[in-house]
Amino acid sequence: MLKVQNIKVSFDGIQVLDECALEVGEREIVVLLGPSGCGKSTLLRTVAGLENLETGKILWNEEDMTTVPPHKRGFGLMFQNHALFPHRNVEENIDFGLQILQLNRTERQQRVKDLLNMVGLEKFEKREIGGLSGGEAQRVALARSLAPKPRLLMLDEPMASLDRALRDRLLIDISNLLRDLNQAAIYVTHDHDEAFSIADRIAIMHEGKIERIGTPNEVWLDPGSEIAAQCIGHENFVNLDSSGNSALGKLGSGPGTVLIREDGISIVSESTEIVGEVKSATFHAGLTFIKVQVGDLQLSTSTATPVKISDQINLEILKTAVVPLR
Amino acid sequence: MTLVKKLRWAVLAAIPVLFIGAFFYWPLIKIFSHALGGEEIEDFKSLLFSGSFHQIAWFTVWQAFLSTVLTMVLALPTAYLMARFSFRGRRIFQIVTTVPFVLPTVVVAGAFTALFERFGLDEGSFRLRHTVWALLAAHVFFNLAIAIRTVSSFWSGLDPRIEEQAKLLGATPWHIFRKITFPRLVPALTAASSIVFLFCLTSFGVVLLLAGPTRATIETEIWRQAIWRGDIATASSLAVIQLVAVLVMVLLMNYLQRRQAVVENRMDFVYEKAPRKLLAGNIFFLFMMIGLPIIILFESSLTVGDGYSFQNFASLADRVTLVPVSAITALKNSLLFAVIATIFASLLGCIASFVVVHGRRWISNLFDMSMMFPLGISAVVLGFGMLIALDTPPLDLRSSWILVPIAHSLLGIPFVMRTVIPTLRRIDPSLRESATLLGASPRQVSRHIDFPIALRALSVGAAFAFAISIGEFGATSFLPRNPDRLTAPLVLFRLLGAPGETLRGQAMALAVVLMTITALAVILVESSFFKKETIRSDF
Repeated sequence: MLKVQNIKVSFDGIQVLDECALEVGEREIVVLLGPSGCGKSTLLRTVAGLENLETGKILWNEEDMTTVPPHKRGFGLMFQNHALFPHRNVEENIDFGLQILQLNRTERQQRVKDLLNMVGLEKFEKREIGGLSGGEAQRVALARSLAPKPRLLMLDEPMASLDRALRDRLLIDISNLLRDLNQAAIYVTHDHDEAFSIADRIAIMHEGKIERIGTPNEVWLDPGSEIAAQCIGHENFVNLDSSGNSALGKLGSGPGTVLIREDGISIVSESTEIVGEVKSATFHAGLTFIKVQVGDLQLSTSTATPVKISDQINLEILKTAVVPLR
Repeated sequence: MTLVKKLRWAVLAAIPVLFIGAFFYWPLIKIFSHALGGEEIEDFKSLLFSGSFHQIAWFTVWQAFLSTVLTMVLALPTAYLMARFSFRGRRIFQIVTTVPFVLPTVVVAGAFTALFERFGLDEGSFRLRHTVWALLAAHVFFNLAIAIRTVSSFWSGLDPRIEEQAKLLGATPWHIFRKITFPRLVPALTAASSIVFLFCLTSFGVVLLLAGPTRATIETEIWRQAIWRGDIATASSLAVIQLVAVLVMVLLMNYLQRRQAVVENRMDFVYEKAPRKLLAGNIFFLFMMIGLPIIILFESSLTVGDGYSFQNFASLADRVTLVPVSAITALKNSLLFAVIATIFASLLGCIASFVVVHGRRWISNLFDMSMMFPLGISAVVLGFGMLIALDTPPLDLRSSWILVPIAHSLLGIPFVMRTVIPTLRRIDPSLRESATLLGASPRQVSRHIDFPIALRALSVGAAFAFAISIGEFGATSFLPRNPDRLTAPLVLFRLLGAPGETLRGQAMALAVVLMTITALAVILVESSFFKKETIRSDF
């Protein structure tokens, strides 16, 4: 398993990774989630050995990899732009890592064929790289990274250059493939939907640190901090006064900020203490997503009953969906 | 970097520095000292204010100017066709328009001579031979390719929807061109015309052979003074003036190029099919301009008396009285020199490219500038400089044939660097990182990624270096005139200047052979290279 211990990395005096720590188990897919510039790609590159670290350690099964050069670590990295070799065709691209391992020819050919089958690109061996579509190039890149059987595969925003529909389909394929292979992986993305659909554990990054780490369910139910909560798409933050009161009533025991998850706000027909006005309503997949103005607070929720803009509605807050934040 | 590594770098970088220093910059210094040192400065002054010099300088400039204007105007329709339309045979079209650029000057002069003779334009009231018109036609023939290429590649990057919008607003085609398209083309037009002007300014072989014995440019005058009159001081003074003029042009070009940088937001669009008239008109024009001289050259090479035969080609093995060696021997010499020059240019060009790409900024800039300079200055000045500079130990090479391939390689190095550097620079760093993470050691990364990608670019540059060496005339005409080592263009020059039908036939045959070799070198590489135009990784 991978252990990243308190690493620090800076570029030109700017701290990019600050006391960053992470563990990735065998067969585990950990997603690094965060906005661009939070240091997630740098963390990948540092684990890969492409960036130098100032302090800290990178261990694989307790063996110190910190000073091992990148090509000897046995870690694979799939780049955002795929970085396929333009002077080699599909087969030669996938074969590259096998060639370096000095496997014999028949073995290599068989492995290339298996990999192409795995990623659903049978008979693509002789295709030139320039003629591939975005999705095909991405699959070739995946096959190429998997070819030398890396102990750990890292994927840097692999879906970033693809369109939405293709992204959803490929995401499922990649997820299934990694699980079939029992592949330990770190997957970097800034898209929380993507993160939730592929992760065993999600690590939310902010300013060079891991802000929160846990299974998708744990992280969703209790993001821990406002930054982490924003990162995974939560929107309802309520500031409390010194006695824990707010426009929505008493939500805590003292001052601070609480999160009300979307599932904790329901629209009821009987009158309640909380009345709001619908400010926006968008319809998606059978639900109406609305923003409601309550005093100076704006809350987001969804409902199956149709509502219109400017409707006055009664709301109820589910106390179990109120999460105190740091 | 460790000390050993640094040392290795320094030694590597020193090789091209020493080479270009000894064979290019040292001769330049010599030229300056001959022209401006001590007492000679007075001669230089009197030359500068003499009427004959003014006449020569004036002719040099206005023929270059007129050639440039003609070339640019004639290139526009073809550039338009290439930039905006798809048609069958586009690639062939592209190659055909490139070939004239690499054809030896002497061959082109031969082709035009043949053309004039064939249509009776060599004398009488419609005489073209030995007129300015012949010179202008040859200059257009040479430079059309570079003008078309530069302008059309820029033009195709302009957003065509702007013209469509103008059309919808009711503008006439002429209005659209004048008010919308032309102003946006200006950067490409200035870039192309300054290069063409530079080439016409330093043109040598065609001036000597086509413009007639009474007309001289600075280039031909340097040659006349140095070779015929042995007046090294005057030749040096002229060379200095030429150098300064070229330097000013190059600086101007740099300045103009820095000013242009309008990138338009151009979406990928499907090329329209070319309108019949435009395509037919262009094909006709290019046929007349480029095809006809070449075809007539072929015909003349096969003409013997009133019939056709291969006798002229067979006679290439015979030695004729005016020339010390047979054409075949000269061809063998040329091939040998071209191979050596190509090897030199490839090796040195690659090392220099590597330094430019990986070196520190100031070293990189210095290398880039100093290695490119031979391309700008005229071959005549280069040859003349080597003639007067390399006659004292330890570089006493006056009588050695190796000077010829060395001079040629100096002209080839810029071509190698111009193809290798952009390719190396465009290699995405993530390609190297990907290879590393697939287990490749730094050495393996160089071997499997950088090297194969650069090699393909090198092959293009090397082919140009080869073609240039095969046809080089300007510099070679100054260099060791050991009769056994005469090159094919020099022999062709003598044959073209000599009277008599047999010699004329032999000249045409030799021109055809030279043309075929240079054209093949470039066509082979161009066609195989562009098929795999994948040297980029921004998919």
